Amino acid sequence: MTPAPDAACNVALFVTCLVDLFRPSVGMAAVRLLEESGCTVHVPTAQTCCGQPAFNSGDRATARELGLQVLETFETFDHVVAPSGSCAGMLRKHLPELFEDDPALQVRARALAARCHELVSFLVDIRGIEGIDRGEENKLNLTLTYHDSCAGLREMGVKEQPRKLLLSCGADLVEMNEAETCCGFGGTFCVKYPDISLKMVDDKLRNVEATGAPLLVAGDMGCLMNMAGRLSRLGSDVEVRHVAELLAGELAEPPIGRKKG
Amino acid sequence: MQPSSLAFKDRARAAMADPQLQHSLDLLKHGWQAGRTRAAAALPEFEALRDEGRNIKDHVLGHLDLYLEAFEARVVEAGGHVHWARDAAEARRITLDICRDVGARSVTKSKSMIAEEIGLNEFLEVNGIDRVETDLGEYIIQLANEPPSHIIGPAIHKTIAEISELFQKNHGGERITEPAALVAEARRVMRQRYLDADVGITGANFLVAETGSIVTVTNEGNAELTHGLPRTHIAIASIEKIVPRLLDAFTLLRLLARSATGQDFSAYTTLLTGPKRPDDRDGPENFHVVLVDNGRSAMLGTALQEMLRCIRCGACMNHCPVYLATGGHAYGWVYPGPMGSVLTPGFIGIEKAHLLPNASTFCGKCEEVCPVRIPLPKLMRHWREVQFDQKLTPTTARWGLGLWAAMARRPALYRFATGTAIRLLGLWAGRRGAFARLPLAGGWTGGRDLPAPQGRTFMAQWTRRKNR
Repeated sequence: MTPAPDAACNVALFVTCLVDLFRPSVGMAAVRLLEESGCTVHVPTAQTCCGQPAFNSGDRATARELGLQVLETFETFDHVVAPSGSCAGMLRKHLPELFEDDPALQVRARALAARCHELVSFLVDIRGIEGIDRGEENKLNLTLTYHDSCAGLREMGVKEQPRKLLLSCGADLVEMNEAETCCGFGGTFCVKYPDISLKMVDDKLRNVEATGAPLLVAGDMGCLMNMAGRLSRLGSDVEVRHVAELLAGELAEPPIGRKKG
Repeated sequence: MQPSSLAFKDRARAAMADPQLQHSLDLLKHGWQAGRTRAAAALPEFEALRDEGRNIKDHVLGHLDLYLEAFEARVVEAGGHVHWARDAAEARRITLDICRDVGARSVTKSKSMIAEEIGLNEFLEVNGIDRVETDLGEYIIQLANEPPSHIIGPAIHKTIAEISELFQKNHGGERITEPAALVAEARRVMRQRYLDADVGITGANFLVAETGSIVTVTNEGNAELTHGLPRTHIAIASIEKIVPRLLDAFTLLRLLARSATGQDFSAYTTLLTGPKRPDDRDGPENFHVVLVDNGRSAMLGTALQEMLRCIRCGACMNHCPVYLATGGHAYGWVYPGPMGSVLTPGFIGIEKAHLLPNASTFCGKCEEVCPVRIPLPKLMRHWREVQFDQKLTPTTARWGLGLWAAMARRPALYRFATGTAIRLLGLWAGRRGAFARLPLAGGWTGGRDLPAPQGRTFMAQWTRRKNR
């Protein structure tokens, strides 16, 4: 990876709740990728959640409070990067909506929103990374299939970027049918409508298994935990990982939902 | 139709356990969904056309009074009549009165979602008017006494075997199983009904203010026979169907069939202006348009105004993973899928429909394919906000959300509490990679394992790294 010319780039990592709590290795991988791209990475400790669960549950007041917290915590940085299209989408597309009643905050929210990014698209589109080369001995040499998480795809335009970088790392990509169809996670949807959610994840996993790829990769922990949790329940051999781990070459941790050691 | 949207979950479960229905929904995915993808890709200006469609509708919604009155003036000039119906009851009454004025006993009707919305079918029946549906799908569900399960394919849930049985039961004769023979049979039965009908009732895909015309779109030519043969034609249309000019109708027509079925254009598109003139060889002697508001003008100027752009193509449901899992009947009222999840609460009340706007993962596919770019997820979220404000959200969900929010607002407390909880959960997991069961997580672990946390939170690890 070659750092982009404007190396003085202060990036705040928006860790996201699920990475923070369940899969910190994704956060560490994100830090490594950002630093390798020439950014100085900051992790503000006042961060908690982007407010999306409240926003999508109709609790706008709470979403607004958390949005304000995000605004105050992150607006001094050049960029805010999240290893999640969903959280990044919340910040980029919906943060300004929360302050429609307050012109001053609205201006600040818009300015911040424009600087919020999903990790992999940030590396490719903003940092200009064309490929990642960790030497012959570190080539990925594995076959995988990639699930397009909805918010990343439709709110943040994440489609080719992860594929491009994964291929540059030596991965072999087999596309599944309906890669762009929702996996059935949908935040609280999966517990409010468990039957429909399970039908959706089973449809998704049928397409995954039809590729024959032993590894399923995506860029959002919500989707990944949903798919990994269902694969685990079904006793499938397919492994599941976040794209950042593969790109950073950090594969020491077992795949999501798999036994340690 | 009595709404049953509160039974959404049970009906969805039953639908998912019905292999016939699942097969039909699968066909929808590979038929209309794939068709729309092909049609959109084949037209270079498709995305620009969508912008144009949205702009036409937005403009018209800002000047609805102006264009509706212009339309009325043109219809009257052409010798027709325009009736204004505030609500469903008024629209039903106006339609029945017209039928009675001309002494109608037999009525043909081409498919119309507004007729479903105002409950016209049952009303005519109760009042002794013999009605036959002329759209094949609609005819099938009329025989089966069922509501439509899709706004453009009302009988997509029906199998050939079921249709075959219905036809034999109603038409007598031998059992027919070949689709082409079934169509021929329906055509034979319907021909006589067309000739006998005193009144033809249609919907309208568009109303054109410039000319006072209505536009109907079908693939079977049944609307033409419905408005052309009887002496009286009644077109029922909701007020947002109006467009300023013929050109605008054609812009929207270029989007409609492509978005709906992937056709460039529907097989039949008819422009109809006023009753039969002295030199015309055919057409109705009496021409009536019933303009139905039924809550629409109240949506103007609110968060829901954008929903009035809808041209009823069905693309949102054809692409919705939830609709494709449950089918249309699960939604429990006239309009299913994402557009129904936005419209239904407005018509039957959020307290009777709150499960619908929640039945979405917000995957955004509906908005991605909507020909007039209606932000359907945003509008479903609007209903969730109404539901939350009216305290219709289940208590446990409110408490859970409240507890989580109280923590998330206090970063230090959040850090401490989540750090501790995750360490404990990690210790409990031991070398296990996932939990098969966990207290308070039944909604999740009912069908999936919960991947175990790696051990310490990222924030804890990061702080340690910084302090090294």
